[in-house]
Amino acid sequence: MNRRSLTAVVGGTLVAAVVITALVALFWTPYDPLKLNFKARLAAPSLTHLMGTDELGRDVFSRLMRGTTASLRVSLMTVLLATGAGVLIGAVSGYLRGWPDRVLMALNDALLAFPGLLLALGLLAVFGASETGIILALALAYMSSVVRVVRGTVLSLREREFVRASRVMGNSELYTLMRHLLPNCLAPVIVMATSMCGWIILAESSLSFLGLGVAPPAPTWGNMLAGSRTYIGQAAWLAIFPGLAISLSLLGINLLGDALRDRLDPRMRRRV
Amino acid sequence: MTSPVLLDIDALTLAAGHGHTVVSQASMQVSRGEIVGVVGESGSGKTMLGRAIMRLTPQAIDRTGGDIKVEGTSVFALRPAQLRALRGPKVAMVFQEPMTSLTPSLTVGQQLAEGLEQHVPGERATHRDRIEAMLRRVGLADVSRVLDAYPHEFSGGMRQRIMIASAMLLRPALLIADEPTTALDAVIQREVMEMLVELTQENGTAVLLISHDLPMVARYAQRMVVMRRGEIVETGPTSQVLAAPAHEYTRQLLATLPQRRPPRPLATQAPLLSARGLTVEYGARQGWFSKQAGNRVLHGIDLDIHPGEVVAVVGESGSGKTTLGSVLTGLVAPTGGALRYKGQPLAARGAVFNDYRYNCQMVFQDPYSSLDPRMTVSALVAEALRLAPGLTPAQKDDRVADTLQDVGLGGDFGLRYPHELSGGQRQRVAIARALVRRPALLIADEAVSALDVTVRAQVLDLLADLQQRYGFSCLFISHDLGVVEQIADRVIVMQAGRIVEEGVRDAIFDRPREPYTRQLLGAIPMLEATAAGGVRLKWRNDAQASQPLAAVSLT
Repeated sequence: MNRRSLTAVVGGTLVAAVVITALVALFWTPYDPLKLNFKARLAAPSLTHLMGTDELGRDVFSRLMRGTTASLRVSLMTVLLATGAGVLIGAVSGYLRGWPDRVLMALNDALLAFPGLLLALGLLAVFGASETGIILALALAYMSSVVRVVRGTVLSLREREFVRASRVMGNSELYTLMRHLLPNCLAPVIVMATSMCGWIILAESSLSFLGLGVAPPAPTWGNMLAGSRTYIGQAAWLAIFPGLAISLSLLGINLLGDALRDRLDPRMRRRV
Repeated sequence: MTSPVLLDIDALTLAAGHGHTVVSQASMQVSRGEIVGVVGESGSGKTMLGRAIMRLTPQAIDRTGGDIKVEGTSVFALRPAQLRALRGPKVAMVFQEPMTSLTPSLTVGQQLAEGLEQHVPGERATHRDRIEAMLRRVGLADVSRVLDAYPHEFSGGMRQRIMIASAMLLRPALLIADEPTTALDAVIQREVMEMLVELTQENGTAVLLISHDLPMVARYAQRMVVMRRGEIVETGPTSQVLAAPAHEYTRQLLATLPQRRPPRPLATQAPLLSARGLTVEYGARQGWFSKQAGNRVLHGIDLDIHPGEVVAVVGESGSGKTTLGSVLTGLVAPTGGALRYKGQPLAARGAVFNDYRYNCQMVFQDPYSSLDPRMTVSALVAEALRLAPGLTPAQKDDRVADTLQDVGLGGDFGLRYPHELSGGQRQRVAIARALVRRPALLIADEAVSALDVTVRAQVLDLLADLQQRYGFSCLFISHDLGVVEQIADRVIVMQAGRIVEEGVRDAIFDRPREPYTRQLLGAIPMLEATAAGGVRLKWRNDAQASQPLAAVSLT
């Protein structure tokens, strides 16, 4: 097995584990993640509670599973929204140039001037701290970098001769944009989207950690981590398992992203 | 100065990491003050050979055998400090690309001073004088201003002069010139080359002239070395190698040189495309309060292209020939003038335009950027038929397959991606894509300039062949007079956005009327085939041929 397929297998396995966990948690968890059990507060990991219990006696493993669903849903929706809107705006801006470009880029630069998380915080204050609010806020915050990347790629591609060749063939602007420009922007966008999946999980965790994310008692990785702070001395597992979930899923996503880029680009595919 | 042999390369073998041999068993010598040409196609290892002399080969390439001696000392035995003493004062290099070989953030004066400070720090007081004298010598005026200027303020030709000045300041014993004038226009190419040769002769510097340009090597080199796939296949005095090539490959190389073909009889017909008073202005702006005049790149071009005819447009860069091609393909809208296609006025849209758009196709210069890297060869060619009226999908598939067969890319080539093809094969795909529509007019903008000589000859033959078969007209835009002489029926000479001279090929090449045309034709010699199977150097313009080298003035 060469290095590249190893990357794909490790990344794929980690991501698959996360996705399967998220799907299973929709229908089944070992315990009800919201059910309190004061007899078993802060129990250490054991066979009955694989990852122990928290300060209210809730099963950490079940909560982590349910949290995976929430984190993944937020992450995927946000990335879809951010890349979809980003690609559209970036491509239009780069291809048309002129005043549409100037207007869109001025707005985009204004967005880009704020740190992503800070912007999301501000937007959350407007949208309200709900899951939809988080998705909209994070998508808006992360869209601007996609716009930049796509616009830059389109700007350089549109001067390439194959784009001129397409125009000489009499193809419409829309066709040229869809057939020749967008597919060639794909590689950087996919790499960005995968690493963005990771950032968003992190951002969502941070927001939840700050108490602005998905409201408790519904579990997410972030608010579990936030809740563990008080008990970190006596019950380290409360912090370790959500932290591990975040790190491992990020690792998996990044490895898969690299493998995906290599696979998607025909120039990389058959090179020795 | 004991031995006359300055550079001695002995059975040098260079290999890339995975065992691929880049240069194998190469042996050659350069004597003091001699000019030796190294010719070969891309991938022949000529550049690596030149770099190995200064130990500038990339990390991935190892010497697996042989030796290089400069003045009797092996360069591979040198310690880093000794190597630095070799680079510059003994062996210097001039690179191909003047646009990138000067540091953009240093002034010319600072860059020129670098070598002197490194190697003769004791004579700091004389540095400025030496630099100024050298700049004057390489033909730059207003030297004190040049010293404080940055590279981007100069044209390609000027930058190459600065590069040569920087190499020659330390009076090296050997100058390695790797394609020194390939990136320059013909007229400037000649000026720079003559200056380089004179300057090195004055200083007793030997020159290793690495080039794919046979006529240039034939003109300036006393001895030449022919390389192919890392091997030196032939070496000898230039005149001898050219007149009586011993090796099969050399003969093959000489046979690919463009030669004039007999003129083709063409029936006079109504023009397919005619342009009257075509002007193009870039950057003209009409604001709310002001009107800003633009930069006019075409000044009233009149042009007719008849059915089945090959019209060549020649001129140096900036002459507007590429803009003319872009206007004729509809990529750039003209600011003034009129186009007529088959006698009907051509508007920006409408039925005539659609007909013209379908029937006028283009082949671009750079086969690496003119094909979408994400599409297979068949998809690329088939795309041109997407808008073809009245063809069923099956007919389209057949047409694509036929056309790929026509350009010699039958079989499984259709399933490949552009990056899996060589430059020549890519250009064939580009030609197939243009011809699959069976167009009435093909516009080829420097279509063979990026190709190696043997590949170029094949592609030109292919074009001639297909033209014979399908009878399209061709507007062939090129700076390469040899190629134009081979294929054109009619030639248009352009300068600064105007047509300077226009006429039948033989008239332009044999009896040029305008001084500019004469200058252009005189810039580059040609190699004419001899009955003996070799070639001999011939100037296109006899007035220039008799002029001795030393008498050529620097302008």
